[in-house]
Amino acid sequence: MNAPVVKAENLSRHYSVRGGLFSGSRILRAVSDTSFELQPGKTLAVVGESGCGKSTLARLITMIEEPTSGSFTIGGVEASPANRKQLRTDVQIVFQNPYGSLNPRQRIGAVLTEPLKINRPDITAGERTRRAREMLALVGLRPEHYDRYPHMFSGGQRQRIAVARALMLEPKLLVLDEPVSALDLSIQSQILNLLVDLQERLGLAYLFISHDLSVVKHMADDIIVMYLGRPVEMGSKDAIFAHPRHPYTKALLSATPVADPQGKRNRIKLEGELPSPLDLPTGCAFAPRCWKAQERCRAERPELGAVTHGAACFFPE
Amino acid sequence: MPLLEIRNLSVDFATSSGQFRAVDGIDLSVDKGELLAIVGESGSGKSVSMLAMMGLLPWTATITADVMSFDGHDLRALGPRQRRRIVGKDMAMIFQEPMSSLNPCFTTGFQIKEALRLHLGLDRKARHRRAVELFEMVGIPAPEDRLKVFPHQMSGGMNQRVMIAMAIACGPKLLIADEPTTALDVTIQAQILDLLTGLQRDSGMALILITHDMGVVAETAERVSVQYAGQKVEEQKVADLFETPHHPYTAALLAALPERATSRHLPTIPGVVPGQFDRPRGCLFSPRCKFADDRCKAEPPAPAGSGLGLARCHYPLNARSEVSA
Repeated sequence: MNAPVVKAENLSRHYSVRGGLFSGSRILRAVSDTSFELQPGKTLAVVGESGCGKSTLARLITMIEEPTSGSFTIGGVEASPANRKQLRTDVQIVFQNPYGSLNPRQRIGAVLTEPLKINRPDITAGERTRRAREMLALVGLRPEHYDRYPHMFSGGQRQRIAVARALMLEPKLLVLDEPVSALDLSIQSQILNLLVDLQERLGLAYLFISHDLSVVKHMADDIIVMYLGRPVEMGSKDAIFAHPRHPYTKALLSATPVADPQGKRNRIKLEGELPSPLDLPTGCAFAPRCWKAQERCRAERPELGAVTHGAACFFPE
Repeated sequence: MPLLEIRNLSVDFATSSGQFRAVDGIDLSVDKGELLAIVGESGSGKSVSMLAMMGLLPWTATITADVMSFDGHDLRALGPRQRRRIVGKDMAMIFQEPMSSLNPCFTTGFQIKEALRLHLGLDRKARHRRAVELFEMVGIPAPEDRLKVFPHQMSGGMNQRVMIAMAIACGPKLLIADEPTTALDVTIQAQILDLLTGLQRDSGMALILITHDMGVVAETAERVSVQYAGQKVEEQKVADLFETPHHPYTAALLAALPERATSRHLPTIPGVVPGQFDRPRGCLFSPRCKFADDRCKAEPPAPAGSGLGLARCHYPLNARSEVSA
């Protein structure tokens, strides 16, 4: 077995939020005790609803933010403030909105060569251009696009540029934060195919963050389901889609609309909404909305456990 | 006679670079108590056609139609004052972004009671009673308290419920929901869709659901109209549409769904939706269509018969099965 590209142990990120004028600051637990491993050439999907901490997790792994506690390694090297600069080139990110993540005043050529200019100062200008043009071809854009500005491209093409930019430094891990959510259905499939191709050719590992379960089902090898900052279920894609063990995963799967008018299923209707992450319930965070919750769920917090298909629940399926 | 009937509706926008046709000859009819879904990608004109009908477009828009009637009124001939009496009362709309469609400066109670005062002329006590009743109907817990809060104090799902309560406040005959769940999480989306279809079933109002999500269409709608680049390309019953799409665009769109994938590679639709300057002369889908020939590129197709889902195509798909059936 290969060495994992990423190995995270008990990652947590807590923010201190100032209350009103007279109340003290409170702690917002965006991500707590999240551990996972990601092998080269594999895709780990993180799913969950808004506020579950999936984007915060992406920011931790890309070293945009530092974890409050816990640690992670990239390619076997422990990430610390000292070697962060060097590790960052191994981890790159593609953001959700391709309209907001490209500088409108930079030509595509400049967008693609800038990472090399900053991180590989020994490469000559000619070589940088050559590599950028190669990358354009790799993500399915034409050579004449090199001198154009971002506003001249459609959403799908911009997302290709964002992927190309992320790949310029030959990273081992690509963090994809909702890469197709802002795109139309007919464009979405083009980008998903591109990601599949690139993974096969370059052996990339993907940390794929999404709330769209049909996309996740298509892309992922393994899945982490998060709820209010904690992983509630973790396992292989097939195991999770075939036998969801945590009640929340079950509800999430049943709530996702399926494009098949014949298939009538009984949907699990969740009562209520997500509690505020500032004011988490003492026991299991899902207990207030769970149909199986008992006294124990409200008092103690269930652990995920170190099994292959774990569920943080006292009464799993 | 249908509740809403539109024939050959077109909307042109005057832009700095010339006229742009956002909606191109749309036909639409909705019966009392019916649920129609309009699907399409961004720029397919699905929102604009509905806004045109409600009279909510800016002055740069030129609206033309052969027929545009709602519940016996000719919408083309209505003055602003008469239109205001219908819009918001008999015909109401819910928008995509619940956070930005409510006024942040007023409490939810004030906003919902305003509609009740203007359209129904209820007195203060009756307005309050009705507002509480409406909040209960849409499943807002502790309605008395929620009437006093501002939109920013509630979640997106709760705000969308307030929007729905406002839209159904005067008992509309037609409710238009423009991507009502796109900004919401899936578990909340399920709640809101159940609420909308429940209201449609129980109160007998017609519902037009505008969406881009094929899953939502499959699970809620009865009849589906597919739009592409401002034109209606196909209309069928939902089960038939998923079973035997007649327009190549519909077929390609369904094939591109990840959940229908059979291999690692998804079937794609090459290219992008035509814009203002690269509108093809013939069929609008012809540059991206794998079946297109010279005829498709030269002359725009007319809608086929109802047996072929009114498909705007010279060579509708699955035609043979239709003939033998």
